[in-house]
Amino acid sequence: MKTKQKTVRISIIGFGYVGNGVAEVIRRKREAIASKYGIDLKVVGIADLKGVIADEQGLSEEAIQALKAGNNPGDMTGLELIRDIEHDVMVETTPTNVETGEPGLTHIITALDSGRHVVTSNKGPIARDYRMLMDLAAKRGRELKFEASVGGAMPIISLVQDNLAGNGVTSIKGILNGTCNYILTRMADENLPYEHVLKEAQEIGIAETDPTKDVEGVDTAVKLVILANSVFGMNATYKDVTVKGITEITLDALKLADDAGYVIKLIGDVDSDGRLEVAPRLVPKDDPLNVCGTLNVATIKTDLAGEITVIGKGAGPIEAASAVLSDIIGLYS
Amino acid sequence: MKVSMSIELKDIPGQLVLALQPISDFGGNIRSVVHHRDKKTPSGRIPLQLVLEIEDRNLSVLVERLKERGVNVVRIGEERLMDSMVVLLIGHIVHSDIRETIDSIDRTGFAEVVELSLSMPGVELKSSASVTISAVGTEELKDALAILEAAAEKKGIMVIASI
Repeated sequence: MKTKQKTVRISIIGFGYVGNGVAEVIRRKREAIASKYGIDLKVVGIADLKGVIADEQGLSEEAIQALKAGNNPGDMTGLELIRDIEHDVMVETTPTNVETGEPGLTHIITALDSGRHVVTSNKGPIARDYRMLMDLAAKRGRELKFEASVGGAMPIISLVQDNLAGNGVTSIKGILNGTCNYILTRMADENLPYEHVLKEAQEIGIAETDPTKDVEGVDTAVKLVILANSVFGMNATYKDVTVKGITEITLDALKLADDAGYVIKLIGDVDSDGRLEVAPRLVPKDDPLNVCGTLNVATIKTDLAGEITVIGKGAGPIEAASAVLSDIIGLYS
Repeated sequence: MKVSMSIELKDIPGQLVLALQPISDFGGNIRSVVHHRDKKTPSGRIPLQLVLEIEDRNLSVLVERLKERGVNVVRIGEERLMDSMVVLLIGHIVHSDIRETIDSIDRTGFAEVVELSLSMPGVELKSSASVTISAVGTEELKDALAILEAAAEKKGIMVIASI
């Protein structure tokens, strides 16, 4: 237990599903974190399409609820909040845009330029402008962390960078999209065709109304780019990935795979030779990559530790917030 | 190619090196050596079981060299089709002449399609197939997969390979 407390003031930009999760997790864990790590997390600003609220003493629960209800639009912009309200860490949780990286890209640049550390779950800016953003962070003497952008709660970037430090990583392959894994698992288990399972997944909120990015492999590819850049030091973009999705997978194919002792999974695969590939692959039933439902999994192949496999929940507000929180604590320990 | 070989060595020191040295001299790769010290032949020699990979053309000179060195070569057998893998295909497989694709793999001499299961849900619908390919070694298996992928791409057939 640490007695000296350091106050860490946080802004949350983008108050959707993950942003809410972050606020919730900070509220739940604040005391435990203060006593364990000696840091007092205080949310001093939230920006969303519904409005922007700020309080340098820390936002009250009432103010946050009023913002959510649309009753408290405030009178500044998100960028003003990032620039002008004094704080330490900006949490960027706006939706991903793979093509432009916006609005996250501008938020991150503004925050770094204003001397804030940045913790984000947003894949777009990290996949698109990784090198530029890391250079900018270094120039400003600030950190940019993005564990939540790949694999949700499943630790992978910090696992490689911290726990496996000293190892050379030769490849990472795994299931990085829970929606595809759910669809393929359900098709195989229940003998239901693709279209049927997709509709079902949309109804229970596992697939989006426009599922293209998930089922065509785009989401997996973007995460692979982030791993390629952050773990393998490449300077890759989405265009460097060979991408095949799961829309063509037939029930017959799943059955034939089953007969031969395999399952079909959408696998993202990156290696130190610069190969970046997303494609449905046959996974032996007894391989650790054979995980079911919406779970994510990754096998990291290293020169010293051999193969390490991590499995975890790839999506969900609290799960993503868990990765954001560990990034924040990591900044101060 | 992969070869298994039974040889017999004199029971005096230095014989194992004498027998193995020529294999590496000819670029061979020894995969396994089993030394049967407890199963001496009536003439007092020690049997040795070898599995090695070596270029076709170097095999007969290797055997000659071993004989020159006083090593008895009792048996040579080619270990064919040591490695295999399953690949799935999805698309208009039959219409696009799967026979030709199989032939292109069989013609290589180092790989063969040893099993094929096909599901055809209807004339207009895409069919699915699982194909088992066997080859003499891992590298050859990769080559065979590349041949299959190239043929499938031309025909608009999706290939699902193993991880």
